[in-house]
Amino acid sequence: MPETAAVSIRKLSKSFDGTEVLRDVSLEVQPGEVVSILGSSGSGKSTLLRCINWLEQPEHGDIRIDGDRIGVSDSGKAMSRRELAGMRARLGMVFQGFNLWPHLSVLRNVTEAPIHVQGLSKAEADERAMVLLEKVGMADKREQYPYTLSGGQKQRVAIARALAMQPKVMLFDEPTSALDPELVGEVLGVIKDLSKEGYTMVLVTHEMEFARAVSDQVVFLDKGIIIEKSHPNEFFVNPKTDRVRRFLELEAPAV
Amino acid sequence: MSNWDILWSSYDVFLNGFYNTLKLFGLSAVLAFILGSGIVFLLEGSRPRLKIPLRIFIDAMRMLPFLILAYLLYYGLPSAGIRMSAWTAGIIALVIYHGAYFAEILRGCRATFAQGQVEAAIAQGFSQPKMFMRIILPQLILKTRGLLGNQLIILLKDTAFLVIITVRELTAAASSLSSTYFIPMEAFIVVIGFYWLISIGLELFIKMIGRFGAKRGFENA
Repeated sequence: MPETAAVSIRKLSKSFDGTEVLRDVSLEVQPGEVVSILGSSGSGKSTLLRCINWLEQPEHGDIRIDGDRIGVSDSGKAMSRRELAGMRARLGMVFQGFNLWPHLSVLRNVTEAPIHVQGLSKAEADERAMVLLEKVGMADKREQYPYTLSGGQKQRVAIARALAMQPKVMLFDEPTSALDPELVGEVLGVIKDLSKEGYTMVLVTHEMEFARAVSDQVVFLDKGIIIEKSHPNEFFVNPKTDRVRRFLELEAPAV
Repeated sequence: MSNWDILWSSYDVFLNGFYNTLKLFGLSAVLAFILGSGIVFLLEGSRPRLKIPLRIFIDAMRMLPFLILAYLLYYGLPSAGIRMSAWTAGIIALVIYHGAYFAEILRGCRATFAQGQVEAAIAQGFSQPKMFMRIILPQLILKTRGLLGNQLIILLKDTAFLVIITVRELTAAASSLSSTYFIPMEAFIVVIGFYWLISIGLELFIKMIGRFGAKRGFENA
């Protein structure tokens, strides 16, 4: 028996105002697996990621996290807010724009959800947060406020914040696209460490070299359709379609 | 005996008025702020049925002179069978009137709030009330502190209107002393001093919020 997929997406379709952005997308992410979603802008890759934690609601298809369907309850009706919040808490999300809460210190950004969503005591949450801040190299900045941090530092805090809920799956939505080139490395380094620790991750990225190095599976989206799904070595060396070949020539001539 | 000596000998009248004004102001300010925040929370997201009545309430209050509202509650409502004390009527008038203004100030700021921060909270499993209390409202306060401070000062000054519906506050104290001893100038100068005192306290309070915000990078908000 294969174990339950960490994320299982079946026949997902989504449109915005009549424009189809995802069509019949199916994807399985196994526990411990790192999956990169690639594609040009507008291909629907961020939308796909945002459907996984129901920040966007797909019209058709279903998404299961660890076997449990998100967004739709067993009776087939839309999930209550409370159920949905519970499902979302199983997923950690890192955004392109960091989205830290500016009125809270680094430490409090990380402890906010564990305390107020999971109900941890402050001491427990602090302890958990410090381990994570240590991991992302931000422990010494715990009392600082987000506006004093560089983009790379903000993103590392955002990663610690997402990890603090001990999610089953981490979702990364272009985590380095808003960073200055010299700051990209520190964030990718943290993500790479997480992949070595066995975290299950789905990431949307434009960093080809990085995707190749960390991924167990690469998915290529074009106009809302998955046109290639393969191992990174296969994908980057022997793409099956002309579309991917053209994309790789433009995006990653050096790879 | 000079006019000032007469006033000094009735300092307990002033103190009593001052105490009442402080009580009126403090209570109404807190309740009005809670009302305003509550309205903004109810305007969040998926409650289209509440949106229109709340907007109508806010706009109705903004188009109404405060004095008329106080009159209506104290002198008008009894004809509809609803009778309340001057204090109750006064506080209700202050709370709903300024609550609407607080709501409007916070709502305007909420409209420009970074959606990404809201998404980050949703993605972490925050319920709507918790997200509002922990993530949104604190930042709305930091960003609108200047406008909130202004509104608080207007609220303070509106407490003076309640002399008309017989609430025994500062202005009532001055007006009763001035008509007993025929010394309006001095009596009103003294109450101006008291109003200033409260305003200065308010100013310091807003400055404190400002420092709290500046530490978090909110100084240009």
